[in-house]
Amino acid sequence: MIDLMTGNVAAAKAAMLAGVEVVAAYPITPQTSISEKLAEMVANDEIKAKYIKVESEHSAMAALIGASYMGARTFTATSSQGLALMHEMLFWAAGARRPIVMTVVSRSLGPPWNIWTDHMDVIGERDTGWMQFFCENNQEALDLILLAYKVAEDKEVMLPTMVIEDGFILSHTFEKVDIPAKEEVDFFLPPFNPDVKVNFRKPRRYGSLVMPDWTMEFRYNNYLAMEKAKKKFAEAGSAFSKAFGRDYSSLIESYRCEGAEAVLIITGSAAGTAKVAADRMRERGKKVGVAKMRVFRPFPNEELLKLAENVRTIGVFDRSYTFGYGGAIYSEVRNALFSLAADLKVKGYIGGLGGRDVTETDFEKIFDDLLTLRRSGLASNQVDWVGLKDGSMRW
Amino acid sequence: METYRDLPQSSYTLQSTESVRTGTWRTLQPVIDLKKCTRCYTCWKFCPDVSIEVREEGDYPRVDLDHCKGCGICSNECPVGAISMMREDAI
Repeated sequence: MIDLMTGNVAAAKAAMLAGVEVVAAYPITPQTSISEKLAEMVANDEIKAKYIKVESEHSAMAALIGASYMGARTFTATSSQGLALMHEMLFWAAGARRPIVMTVVSRSLGPPWNIWTDHMDVIGERDTGWMQFFCENNQEALDLILLAYKVAEDKEVMLPTMVIEDGFILSHTFEKVDIPAKEEVDFFLPPFNPDVKVNFRKPRRYGSLVMPDWTMEFRYNNYLAMEKAKKKFAEAGSAFSKAFGRDYSSLIESYRCEGAEAVLIITGSAAGTAKVAADRMRERGKKVGVAKMRVFRPFPNEELLKLAENVRTIGVFDRSYTFGYGGAIYSEVRNALFSLAADLKVKGYIGGLGGRDVTETDFEKIFDDLLTLRRSGLASNQVDWVGLKDGSMRW
Repeated sequence: METYRDLPQSSYTLQSTESVRTGTWRTLQPVIDLKKCTRCYTCWKFCPDVSIEVREEGDYPRVDLDHCKGCGICSNECPVGAISMMREDAI
């Protein structure tokens, strides 16, 4: 059934379709309408879930870790400072191998106080051991939650997942969304039945003290699970495609990358804008493409290397900044491709912070910059800020 | 257990928490003055390490020294000042 809805309603519907059993959430802009919608669904018996009202995001995550240990399928959503407040518990969820799914409605971190989108909040949590999937549109805000449960609950993975939708651009903007039938989702995503759950007849202690002689081995197992998640995502994406007709079989979606002289790697809603810019450039005979990084954790090294076999000039657009160096995605892409031939050019672009609009024209200029880089082999900077009011009128 | 392959998922162990004797970390020890103690069990309620034992109703609280880390919360919370923290080497 196709309906018109915001990204936040799409996320709440996805949680409902997934048959979540416990929701614990604290409202924060621009996530609030997800927790409101879920509370309404619980109140109206549309889903048979327990809704736990908590006093903070830290408690929300703690409650879900406990509920997940009991064998419940769990969901929450947050943004920005709320995600930062969860930080400690995010490590607990990942270390405890709890497949909790959380929508992060991405938002800038203060100060200065700003409720609009960027990825500083999410990138700040990249090392907590959570998988991170980025949505381009409201359809993906729904689909990627269903996929997230499928991958996270795989017995060889068992890791929590953040599904990231851009604040206001997706969360509060209406788009057509194809909602799958509940029976079809039930077939795709059977009930959660973990191997490890609390059993009062067989007491265990969870998350307890481990001496230095075993902690590394626990960490190593988390590493192995994250590596396996790449293959599991592709498999689950193919199964999703068969079930619902939308293809998520790759961690990186290539758009007009065939024969491209320059490709821009990008995440989130700005990917849609970059695709329009790529279309316009192609109309003008300029061979450019877009590689949308759908999955940032686990990092898609293999797909990236495959992409770079054919394209020697790569731009990376980060909607965040890692102070002291550059965009996180830029630095990781550059690192992943370091072993390739020296003629490979990788340049970073920072933009869209705090909800700053990023237009098709901005991306056309980025593509032109990349094509110039390809010809000259020289870059004025390794990282450029796009749309900055610096008086240079460069952008 | 020999390798990472033998580890349980979800970081659980089958051992009892009692087996990890965290009391060896302690430098200060709570000492209960039974003349002052009213057996209100406030210390039992507040101990973060479940190291105050009350074996049966009406009994005086005792300190499980194998697991008490000597944080002093019991001493701080005791409403009648019956628990004092003493240096280990002075006892």
